Amino acid sequence: MNLLSDRKYIIMGVFVFIGVIYIARLFYIQVIDDSYKLDARNQAFRYNTEFAVRGYIYDRNNKLLVYNEAAYDLMVLPKEIKNLDTNDLCDLLGITKESFIRKMKKAVQAPNSPRKQSIFEKQLSPKEYASLQERLYRFPGFFVQSRTLRKYPKKIAAHTLGYIGEADKKTTEKDPYYKEGDYLGISGIERTYEKVLRGRKGMRIMMVDVNNREKGSYMNGLYDTMAIPGKPLTSTIDRDLQEYAELLMQNKRGSVVAIEPSTGEILAIVTSPTYDPNLLVGRARNKNFAMLYSDTLGNPLFNRSTMASYPPGSTFKLIMALIGLHEHVLTPSTRYPCARGYPPLGGRPKCHPHPSPMDLEGAIGTSCNSYFSYVFKSVIDDKTYDDTYKAYANWRDIAMSFCLGTKTGSDLANELRGNVPSIKYYDKVFGKGSWKASTVISLGIGQAEMGITPLQNANLVTIIANKGWYYTPHIVKAIGGNPNDTLLDRFKVKHYTKITDTAIYNHVIQGMARAVESGTAGALKIEGIPYCAKTGTAQNPHGKDHSVFVSFAPKQNPKIAIGILIENAGFGSTWAGPIARLMMEKYLKGKITRPDLEKRMIEGDLIHKPVAEKKVEKAKKRH
Amino acid sequence: MDWITVLLYFVLVIIGWMNIYAAVYNEQHYIITDISQKYGKQLIWIITAFLLAFIILIIDESFYTAFAYVIYVIFLVAIILVPFLGREVKGSRSWFRFGEFGIQPAEFMKFAANLALAKFLSNQETKIADYKNTFITLLLIGVPMVIIKGLQDETGLAIVFVAFVFTLYREGLSVNYLLLGFLAIILFILALLINNLYLFIFIGVLCALALLFVRRNRKNLFIIAAIGVIACSMVKGTSYVYDKMEPHQKVRIDVLLGRGEVDLKKEGYNVNQAKIAIGSGGFLGKGYLQGTQTKYDFVPEQDTDFIFCTVGEEWGFIGSSVVIILQLTLILRLIYMAERQRSPFSRIYGYGVASILFFHLMINVGMTIGLAPVIGIPLPFLSYGGSSLWSFTILLFIFLKLDSHRLQILR
Repeated sequence: MNLLSDRKYIIMGVFVFIGVIYIARLFYIQVIDDSYKLDARNQAFRYNTEFAVRGYIYDRNNKLLVYNEAAYDLMVLPKEIKNLDTNDLCDLLGITKESFIRKMKKAVQAPNSPRKQSIFEKQLSPKEYASLQERLYRFPGFFVQSRTLRKYPKKIAAHTLGYIGEADKKTTEKDPYYKEGDYLGISGIERTYEKVLRGRKGMRIMMVDVNNREKGSYMNGLYDTMAIPGKPLTSTIDRDLQEYAELLMQNKRGSVVAIEPSTGEILAIVTSPTYDPNLLVGRARNKNFAMLYSDTLGNPLFNRSTMASYPPGSTFKLIMALIGLHEHVLTPSTRYPCARGYPPLGGRPKCHPHPSPMDLEGAIGTSCNSYFSYVFKSVIDDKTYDDTYKAYANWRDIAMSFCLGTKTGSDLANELRGNVPSIKYYDKVFGKGSWKASTVISLGIGQAEMGITPLQNANLVTIIANKGWYYTPHIVKAIGGNPNDTLLDRFKVKHYTKITDTAIYNHVIQGMARAVESGTAGALKIEGIPYCAKTGTAQNPHGKDHSVFVSFAPKQNPKIAIGILIENAGFGSTWAGPIARLMMEKYLKGKITRPDLEKRMIEGDLIHKPVAEKKVEKAKKRH
Repeated sequence: MDWITVLLYFVLVIIGWMNIYAAVYNEQHYIITDISQKYGKQLIWIITAFLLAFIILIIDESFYTAFAYVIYVIFLVAIILVPFLGREVKGSRSWFRFGEFGIQPAEFMKFAANLALAKFLSNQETKIADYKNTFITLLLIGVPMVIIKGLQDETGLAIVFVAFVFTLYREGLSVNYLLLGFLAIILFILALLINNLYLFIFIGVLCALALLFVRRNRKNLFIIAAIGVIACSMVKGTSYVYDKMEPHQKVRIDVLLGRGEVDLKKEGYNVNQAKIAIGSGGFLGKGYLQGTQTKYDFVPEQDTDFIFCTVGEEWGFIGSSVVIILQLTLILRLIYMAERQRSPFSRIYGYGVASILFFHLMINVGMTIGLAPVIGIPLPFLSYGGSSLWSFTILLFIFLKLDSHRLQILR
């Protein structure tokens, strides 16, 4: 019997042993292993996103450029669909049954799932929403989530403002803030100031039961976050000037950039052809995008003002003059001959007929190719430098200090660097030591491999207007009403060129003033406002010369500097000049004294009518 | 009266009630005594259980010894009749219904069988080692098992009778039987996990090794050969039994052993959800009524068989350990009490109570944490349900009554 009663220890031992194993197991799954906590959260919580309202964008005078309009996404939670009347819903949404089946399939398949809500129909308008809302109760499993869409009161500045798109997989992998389908800025200001404009998404954690029914907010919202609305931006754009410039530029290929020299603020930046920014919003976005994309004639999606590189042409002669004076190889009274071209190289580069020889002011006024070829040669062959290479390197350094061949660093989304050819490049093309000034002579007149964006072009004018310095051109002057936001600090740093002697600039400015008083821009005077300008053409290997015009006004204390380039439009004074003149007058005076000029510019069509015009011309000749 | 046991009983019942409230908590019926809800009903069960306990305590203790067999037969008849007289509830034919309340006679078979077993084994003439007596003992336990499984198809209620193995062991059941049983279980598991051919080779090698270490006479040779043959036929038998099992039972075994791909949406759902609920409780738990997995129905049967999930989720590691420790304390207390009985009847009965409670605890908690197969049996005193609460109360309080008279004459 004693032996048997000892068995109680074994029995108790077994009981305690199993108890210990169980408690150890509990410790493992409850305290050590975290995976169950994650599983529980995934199952029982539904994270409802509260989208932040995107910041508005205003112009420099607080006129609205971009605002928001409510839109509604129809969401679906396939698991909750009951007794669905498919035909009824299709009628209501105006979709076909096939499209309904396709959408349902998308909502059920990975990465979506029957237990996960996903967008069924995007961006219903408030009107569609109103008619849907009344009948939504009949379609369990469908509900509406409100979103905001961008709206543009004026159809202007599409490229600058940019557009918004949905985050794709790549974006979400790079930045976990975004979930697939979230909106974010793709281009323009919307992109560069994305973080400011978007604000911060909020998150409400709802508890759901096994059937995905909402059971109230988790911990009474303790872990919920409120959506923080995006900050409004104050743009440097002058809405009226921008609108006017776009009107003048319609049906022309090219770009205008206007900068306030004293601040570097971009007053207007036009790419033409452009498009109505409202086209890239809402459900029609994809369709419209494809339409714009396929317009190869106008290529309206191409942002010429920062993404197109043109030979600077005549504008660069101003820089050439500055460098010549700075290097003491040129004085204002230096005269060079012109024989319809640059005599030492047998009349190449060519020039147009004008009196010869001329001094510097005269050469600027007439934009003489021969003159600036001489200047370029004297800079590169300057005896104070040991050899061509050193002289060239010096020349290139100075040119680049005018923000050429390098990005301006503006807050416009995409910017091209442009090009000032390097020694290495020419060594590669011509062979080491086998090139000299005369080999690359057309650099002196801003041709050859030189490339400049319209933005750099306008910045160049700004530098001349400022006599040697500039602020990085920029498009936003205040964030959330605060002009001192740290994001804008970089636009408050003065950049000096390698030529700081204002006297040197005065010679060039004098030449530009003369161009308006009695030179190539003589027909474009603005009454009461003396201004400085330089007309020009930029040779274009692909067709008719580009029409170029740079100017700033007034001559004293310049308020506006403009660089304009119109593709294949010939002389600067025929198209580019008048448009710049009208813009300056509009900006400085607020009214136009040359309605004839205005009319001609607005009606001029250089894209669609060349064929028709040619026919007319031919017809005229016949008569 | 052993007040420690009463106190443990009381605490566990109250813990159960609170967790049932949390498990099926419904904001529209937040009053815990609302009898349209399960927590309200459980209160009725608790009160009636107390009443039952009181009645048991005032009945003369000799009643239980005298009428042990009668009670056994009455409930045997009841479980035979239920399938024919009772109403079908959720596909189960083990219930007598009275309006909104139901009674499951099979639950009461536990204490009836325990009484009968105690009565039979406490007979001084009865030696358990006798083959005849062993047979009768197995009959006493086996008949209710077969009826409950065969007629009512209540695997959980039937399998509980295995718990009496502990009682039998304490009363002198040969260790050989237990080892054999243990070996059978091990072989069953191995046969399902390992290729049968390897297992045969393994058994052969073991037998050969055994021959090296024992004296090589005829008897030992015969025993080892016999064990080898039995083991091999068990392995073969396992495959046969497994093949004959119903699909849902196969799946439960597969889930437990981690055999093959387990679909967490189907066969693996219950255990996975139970583990998620308990695991997400963490160290301190989510707080009372803050559980999401149980309250929002992710865990099935969260008020009955899976009530432990609510404990684990809302009270965390601390709470679930406390419940296990409380239960174990009660069980060990019962063994301690059983051992202090002068009467073998009381001792055997006490062991029966402890064994049944332990078996329930082991299987019920084990299945929620993935250490035991999913078998639908309640967690004593905590799970929702009148029959089980009544059954455990009767089981326990008869012993308390017997214990309170332990100093009287031997029965």
